[in-house]
Amino acid sequence: MNIANASVLITGGSRGLGRALGRALAAEGASVVLVARGQEELNQTVEEIRSTGGKAYGIVADVGDKNAIHAIAAQAAALAGPIDILIQNASTLGPVPLRLLLDTDCEDLERALEVNLVGPFRLAKVLAGPMVLKGTGLVLSISSDASVQAYPEWGAYSVSKAALDHMNRLFGAELQDTGVHFLCVDPGDMDTAMHSAALPDADRSNLQSPESAARRLLGIIRHAQAFPNGSRLVASELEVLQ
Amino acid sequence: MIAATQPRTFRDHARMLILDRTKNTFIDSTIQDFPQALRSVDLVVVNDAATLPASLRATGPRGASVEIRLVSQIGESDWKAILMGEGTWRIPTELRDLPEPVRLGDQLQISREFSAEIIEVSIEACHLVTVRFSKGGGGMWSGIYAHGRPVQYSYLGEDQPLWSVQTVYASRPWAVEMPSAGYSLTWKTLLELKKRGVRLARVTHAAGLSSTGHENIDAMLPFPEHFEIPPETVDAVALARRAGGRVIAIGTTVVRALEGSVALKGCLAAGEGYTDLVIDRSFQRQIVDGLLTGMHDPAQSHFRLLRAFADENFLRRGWRHAAAAGYMCHEFGDVCLIL
Repeated sequence: MNIANASVLITGGSRGLGRALGRALAAEGASVVLVARGQEELNQTVEEIRSTGGKAYGIVADVGDKNAIHAIAAQAAALAGPIDILIQNASTLGPVPLRLLLDTDCEDLERALEVNLVGPFRLAKVLAGPMVLKGTGLVLSISSDASVQAYPEWGAYSVSKAALDHMNRLFGAELQDTGVHFLCVDPGDMDTAMHSAALPDADRSNLQSPESAARRLLGIIRHAQAFPNGSRLVASELEVLQ
Repeated sequence: MIAATQPRTFRDHARMLILDRTKNTFIDSTIQDFPQALRSVDLVVVNDAATLPASLRATGPRGASVEIRLVSQIGESDWKAILMGEGTWRIPTELRDLPEPVRLGDQLQISREFSAEIIEVSIEACHLVTVRFSKGGGGMWSGIYAHGRPVQYSYLGEDQPLWSVQTVYASRPWAVEMPSAGYSLTWKTLLELKKRGVRLARVTHAAGLSSTGHENIDAMLPFPEHFEIPPETVDAVALARRAGGRVIAIGTTVVRALEGSVALKGCLAAGEGYTDLVIDRSFQRQIVDGLLTGMHDPAQSHFRLLRAFADENFLRRGWRHAAAAGYMCHEFGDVCLIL
């Protein structure tokens, strides 16, 4: 995918990997629209990008809210132009401290599925249609090794990420040869607020920074068409693509 | 004809009446048969404008309730708009109360943080105005989406959410009323077209209000409408022409954009423009050969446009056939393919 002049929508864009991706993509000439729930942090990130000459816009919204989806998609297209790249980065761990499935409330599982699976489904449904019409586009979803490994106590998050991976495969299969590409990427463990919420005692010195993960992801975005449509990629297993 | 009062559970269950001018026949089918009705060299052009929530409730300068119905964006935060008084979409627009008179500089308060100032009042009708929102850019869009509702009409059964008034390919929010001819198209049908070799292309056309319920203002319709034609669409039209294919417009807004571009620039050209082109029987089409459209009553203004595609008697016979066969009209209704 061509990044310069692309319109990119990033959910969970105010902090962590979303923020790092927004900064990196804007630095390469993309117009980025960041979606997040918290206005203050979002404004800071948008201002930070603009202060370095990048094009950035913020939309305060919750991707787990059904009523927010068309508003996000339409506002993003109004501000930055038809969306070329959708990065589904927002996610919730579910209740923390993490707990056994047997101790997880049904409502907490539902909320994790709304944010990590149903929200991305709704956004892809609204944004991938116009991409098919244009004959080009990329939907990149951020996954996790928890989608393939059964780590005890990661239940709600794990289940939602496994379903996200498979939804990505299905979209890829159904939209084969349309020019619209779907990829799921496990970026590896990062030093983020979400990681410390999940594992407060982890040694942070072993963790990569969100900026370093974003650099790898940029290579994947540039070379997206080189991977089979619907692929699930593990960033650490790929050479850093330029 | 019966009015469709709500969206179908499955949008591709819409019926499609094929009016074949060359054979002088009517064929009853469904929208799922659309790919079979076309040839592999044909080109289908859709309007990819998303429908914005163009109806905003506000409090006027003297405390009365007023509806701001957006018509078209004419500046960074400026919109041409119609004002309506008390009441909701459940009351037919022609029976709605007029709003309290407004003057230049009046503020219409939408919420504590979001308002619209009257910056122009039309001399033709005092409730046809230009408003300037208190915020521009992202702030304006966020205000419109937080407080607006889709424009809807009294024949509908229930208040429709925003997702009910979008085509499956809707992108930028330019339309204040849904470009509804494409509403029944699903991706299954669109991908089947592609599979058969039919090319898809797009324009973005800011579909305006079809009626305001006010005689003076309705006589001025259509207001100039903003359109954009991408270079790929210009190329696709040329390719279809060379191959002997037809250009099939999905809806009258696509006809206005494509033919409006020719009227404005002398030929179909990529880029943006505004058109208030009136298309009727005498209009000589330069680009569009066929049209998929809603079921339009001969008394409606849209019917006038259809006469540029087929003989009026043939269209009227088609309408009578459809009415007798139980076809439904309006945005969630059935469609008609004129070839």
